[in-house]
Amino acid sequence: METVVLESFEDQVAYSEIERWVTLATAGALMAYGFSRRNVPGMCLAVAAAPLVFKGVSGSWPLLHGVLSTDDTRVALSADRGIHVRESIRLEQPIAEVYRFWRSLENLPRFMTHLRCVTDLGNGRSHWEANGPAHVKVEWDAEIINDVGNSVIGWKSLPGSDVVTAGSVNFSTVRAGRSTQVSVHLQYSPPAGRAGALLASIFGRNPASMIREDLRRLKQLLEAGEVARADADAPGGRR
Amino acid sequence: MKAVCFYGKEDVRVESVPDPAILNPRDAIVRVTATAICGSDLHIYGGYIPTMEKGDVLGHEFMGEVVEVGRDNQRLKVGDRVVVPFTISCGRCFFCKEQLWSLCDNSNPNAWLAEKLYGYSGSGLFGYSHIYGGYAGGQAEFARVPFADVGPLKVESSLTDEQVLFLSDIFPTGYMAAENCQIKPGDTIAVWGCGPVGQFAIRSAYLLGAEKVIAIDRFPDRLALAASHGKAQVLNYDEVDVPDALRDLTGGQGPDACIDAVGLESHGTTLDAWYDRAKTSMYLATDRPHALRQAIGACRKGGIVSIPGVYGGWLDKFPLGAAFAKGLTLKMGQTHMQKYMPALLERIERGEIDPSFIITHRVTLDEAPEMYRTFRDKEDACIKVVMRPGHQQTRMPN
Repeated sequence: METVVLESFEDQVAYSEIERWVTLATAGALMAYGFSRRNVPGMCLAVAAAPLVFKGVSGSWPLLHGVLSTDDTRVALSADRGIHVRESIRLEQPIAEVYRFWRSLENLPRFMTHLRCVTDLGNGRSHWEANGPAHVKVEWDAEIINDVGNSVIGWKSLPGSDVVTAGSVNFSTVRAGRSTQVSVHLQYSPPAGRAGALLASIFGRNPASMIREDLRRLKQLLEAGEVARADADAPGGRR
Repeated sequence: MKAVCFYGKEDVRVESVPDPAILNPRDAIVRVTATAICGSDLHIYGGYIPTMEKGDVLGHEFMGEVVEVGRDNQRLKVGDRVVVPFTISCGRCFFCKEQLWSLCDNSNPNAWLAEKLYGYSGSGLFGYSHIYGGYAGGQAEFARVPFADVGPLKVESSLTDEQVLFLSDIFPTGYMAAENCQIKPGDTIAVWGCGPVGQFAIRSAYLLGAEKVIAIDRFPDRLALAASHGKAQVLNYDEVDVPDALRDLTGGQGPDACIDAVGLESHGTTLDAWYDRAKTSMYLATDRPHALRQAIGACRKGGIVSIPGVYGGWLDKFPLGAAFAKGLTLKMGQTHMQKYMPALLERIERGEIDPSFIITHRVTLDEAPEMYRTFRDKEDACIKVVMRPGHQQTRMPN
């Protein structure tokens, strides 16, 4: 099992603490100002600031909790919610070998560069650690919900995860049985929501191209036995 | 170690750079004993190739002695004498299995960049910009060779370096250009450009059974070599109207196949050539396809236009109408090196051809900057420059 450096854990804690105090301070100031007006608009302003107090104390908005920020994959990823990525690639390798490689989830960080490590917890459950936006560590537990040998592997994250994610990979033989096609469908609701994904894509971490590069590395590993690299600094693939 | 590095347009320097190291299991390190400047290196020298970076090591025609092998390389051993193909190929992907080695799927670490420009990426190349992988080239004392268990060709006979060096690019490139013409007995082949690739295309066309080869250029020394060594009928485009002359020489029918061994920096004296020069000089066009236009215009109906010359971008005033009207076939692309190297080595061993006929300049690595200029300006009757990086062991053990 790989050792993981908790470099940004403190940063995360510090950020949410600051957010909480700023929210409370803002709510307090609005309420004080509203009450001090001693008129109807002032009272309305003070009452309107109440949800902010709730947000400051509990860390989430009243009532809406469970609807907008659910960690249930069926809710968070249904219809057009979350981010959907579909990519596929063809390999000159027997389907059984490709399936077996993927099914050993610990292999995934060898070609998915945003993953730090995946640990098999047994019983179809696994623990995932990844680099989120700005290299913040993101982790989740997932379970395999569908597994048909040489055909499909499907998984979803479990409640209590930093990201809500589900995905599947389909394996099929193509080109009259000579090649194997791997098709990935990945869905996730990232920590910073769609705005976060938009920001990430602006800074070059577009999810679709990231998965595309991952699959390219998978192909290189399984076909050529190594990931192409031109110099010692670049570990292969896109920065 | 010493290496020839790119620093900008018309700025090539010999620098001291770190020695290459084994990075992947199938790698090998080669001590370079001979390396050449290719006509396509002049496209880099002229600033036509995008994604070159300051300090990039140049060169893709080289050979040498294996000094180190990676742990998964079962085919080479230290001390082997090898010629290295300019294309880098994994040998196991769909394209390599189909013998389309220069289209290898797995050897370009910057494939995403090439995909943005071309839709899909070809193989990685040595010393030929970052869009082709950013691999260090072979105009150096040592070079790292990826996938060295399928690329390099072992030379075990007593042939000299000069006789086998051009198996690294220009001989197979000229040969594939001729093979793409699907030559039948009695065919006439016209070749634009009598540089090194053109010279090998002329020789290869005869090797493959052409009855007559017509060679087109304007430099007297190159035309002389095409006539004397290549046995081609030559046309100097400064003196004759090429389309007219080709019509006359083929009884009004046109050549059965035409080879454009010129590429994107074509020079010409006709109106369209000046138009290309004006547009590229203002960055309004990327390539100057004068020779290609003429080849398409001159080719007989139902003929083949074979393009070993390098093109990089979007061509202006491309006569697709003429190609369509005459039902032409266009064949092109980087050479599928590994497909041709063993058979061509056998031809050299049998004495059918001695590729060293092309060499006009033999120099050390230190003279590279001067030689790039001489070759570009075609001064001193320069056709092919071979550099000897020197025999002294200057590499530190890892």
